[in-house]
Amino acid sequence: MKVLTANRLSDGIAVWYADGGWAETVGHADIAHDKTAEDRLEAIGAAAGANNEVVDVNLIDVTVVDGLVEPVRLREKIRAAGPTIRTDLGKQASPQPARAA
Amino acid sequence: MYRYDEFDQDFVHARVAEFSDQVQRRLAGEITEDQFRPLRLMNGVYLQLHAYMLRIAVPYGTLNSRQLRMLGHIARKYDKGYGHFTTRQNIQFNWPALSDIPAILADLASVEMHAIQTSGNCIRNVTADHFAGAAADEVADPRPYAEILRQWSSVHPEFSYLPRKFKIAVTGAERDRAAIQTHDIGLHLKKNAAGELGFAVYVGGGQGRTPMVARKIRDFLPEAELLSYCTAILRVYNLYGRRDNKFKARIKILVHETGVEEITRQVEAEWQALKDAELKLPEADIQAINAYFAPPALVSRPEGDDAVKQARLDSKSFSEWLDQNVVTHRHPDYAAVTISLKGIGEVPGDATDSQMEAVADIAEKYAFDELRVSHEQNLILPHVARADLKAVYDALVEIGLATANSNLISDIISCPGLDYCALATARSIPVAQEISRRFASLERQREIGELKLKISGCINACGHHHVGHIGILGVEKKGTELYQVTLGGSADENTSVGEIIGRGFSSDEITDAIEQIVDTYLGLRLSPDERFIDAYRRVGPAPFKEALYAGETKAA
Repeated sequence: MKVLTANRLSDGIAVWYADGGWAETVGHADIAHDKTAEDRLEAIGAAAGANNEVVDVNLIDVTVVDGLVEPVRLREKIRAAGPTIRTDLGKQASPQPARAA
Repeated sequence: MYRYDEFDQDFVHARVAEFSDQVQRRLAGEITEDQFRPLRLMNGVYLQLHAYMLRIAVPYGTLNSRQLRMLGHIARKYDKGYGHFTTRQNIQFNWPALSDIPAILADLASVEMHAIQTSGNCIRNVTADHFAGAAADEVADPRPYAEILRQWSSVHPEFSYLPRKFKIAVTGAERDRAAIQTHDIGLHLKKNAAGELGFAVYVGGGQGRTPMVARKIRDFLPEAELLSYCTAILRVYNLYGRRDNKFKARIKILVHETGVEEITRQVEAEWQALKDAELKLPEADIQAINAYFAPPALVSRPEGDDAVKQARLDSKSFSEWLDQNVVTHRHPDYAAVTISLKGIGEVPGDATDSQMEAVADIAEKYAFDELRVSHEQNLILPHVARADLKAVYDALVEIGLATANSNLISDIISCPGLDYCALATARSIPVAQEISRRFASLERQREIGELKLKISGCINACGHHHVGHIGILGVEKKGTELYQVTLGGSADENTSVGEIIGRGFSSDEITDAIEQIVDTYLGLRLSPDERFIDAYRRVGPAPFKEALYAGETKAA
């Protein structure tokens, strides 16, 4: 299982591709379950990079826990939450937004 | 300290305008990331895990209070209320928006600061002894030469696209506090038998994945030939340094592969064509730069002795701070103060906006408006009257920066690690924090004595682990963090690279392992005067291996 992640060009904030746009949290990112879906996400990422919305686009491994997407690697877990030594900063500092309707 | 002349100011303003335009064009989509990346890196802008990072140059670690206040202002207005002082004597901000960077650079330019050449394959910020101009054991202030090198190396057309980055450090004392032997060029300012100033020149030091101690290629270079000789070294490197493999591109590899005799021959041959020509520094120019670094007028303050004696009697904690964080100044009525940015359990090198402003106030009131950033990630007040030490201490207590741990085990160098850095493979700050908490007792730390513990979160070694008395390298193994320990490293005038002691430790084990190493040292040292590094050099790794791994061997 993979999701598409990048950093937003204007402020560098980590974002994940979800519901046709770039979300600031990973929880509801669009999941690719197979190679075809991965290729689709990669194409979206390449287009968003070329379109100057985001930089440093990558597909990352994820799992789903209690209905929410969670990155597998520690590096990506930290990107998704914020510095482990400053839990008042980054995504972890604000409550998870409800899933967009 | 050095003040920008018209040329410097125009140059920095022109660069701010140029880079602001590049940022605007990038945000407007007129240039691609591939086109923009080298431009942003030349101006200190990195992309990290959570956001962009801006690295600001603090030339040879010297700041005035106005500049530190501006850094506090930037932390508050554009970042998240703090900054991180680095082992290159610079400061990094972890959260700036790209769209704010033009405004940040304009603010910096207003106090004669910038972020130029804090990244890229060029000559980086020249570093120097943080006690320069104050140290009792100094032959001469190394900073004028660092400034001359800064001017020479800034957008140097020949040396802006080197095979790899290039770092120069200068010290003016026998006791090396600038870690010059871990630099691409290390310069030791000294006097010859005739009393003339010059440099011992070291080349090819470095850390990273292939740590090497620099080799001395010249015992005495007359000061006037500083630029001609450095040019000769850079030319040889630029010509022969490897460009085929990023990991083999530093000058240390060239020195190693070519051999120090042959490199010396090549540099000397190049220098023969350059010496006594236009790169020779005119005496008047050296004097002009020296004048910028004229020491403050240190008036006699003989009341300091009695004041310090009395304050010691009144306050044990002041007395401990005095013993640990205050060092002898060349003027007997003055002292140099280390402001520890290593509070127990805190992030090494971090300071908040209000701490920066408060330290700036202290520097202005008690320290002739002068500050330094040390490569050990602390701040320094180089000139404080002994009579004012108690007032300075009290002011530091108020802002939580009076931890009396300079050179002790909790005075840890740590890179940002995987909490921020895109290159890191493991976290380093939480390890530093846990070790700091484990050894929180100052009494215990003082019993252990001088111990340099340094932590890196990847093989690039920004946390200087190779030259820690105890070094810790965090790696990723099978998806988890693993910490490898090296012992016996040192970054002073007897520089050595630490040796890997054995298998690595998990994040749950590493603090226990460090404690075991320290206890082993305490058990075998000849006397409390035998420092960890001296004891290690005497006994070697065996007793430490035994303490760490003997149980495993028997079990296996």
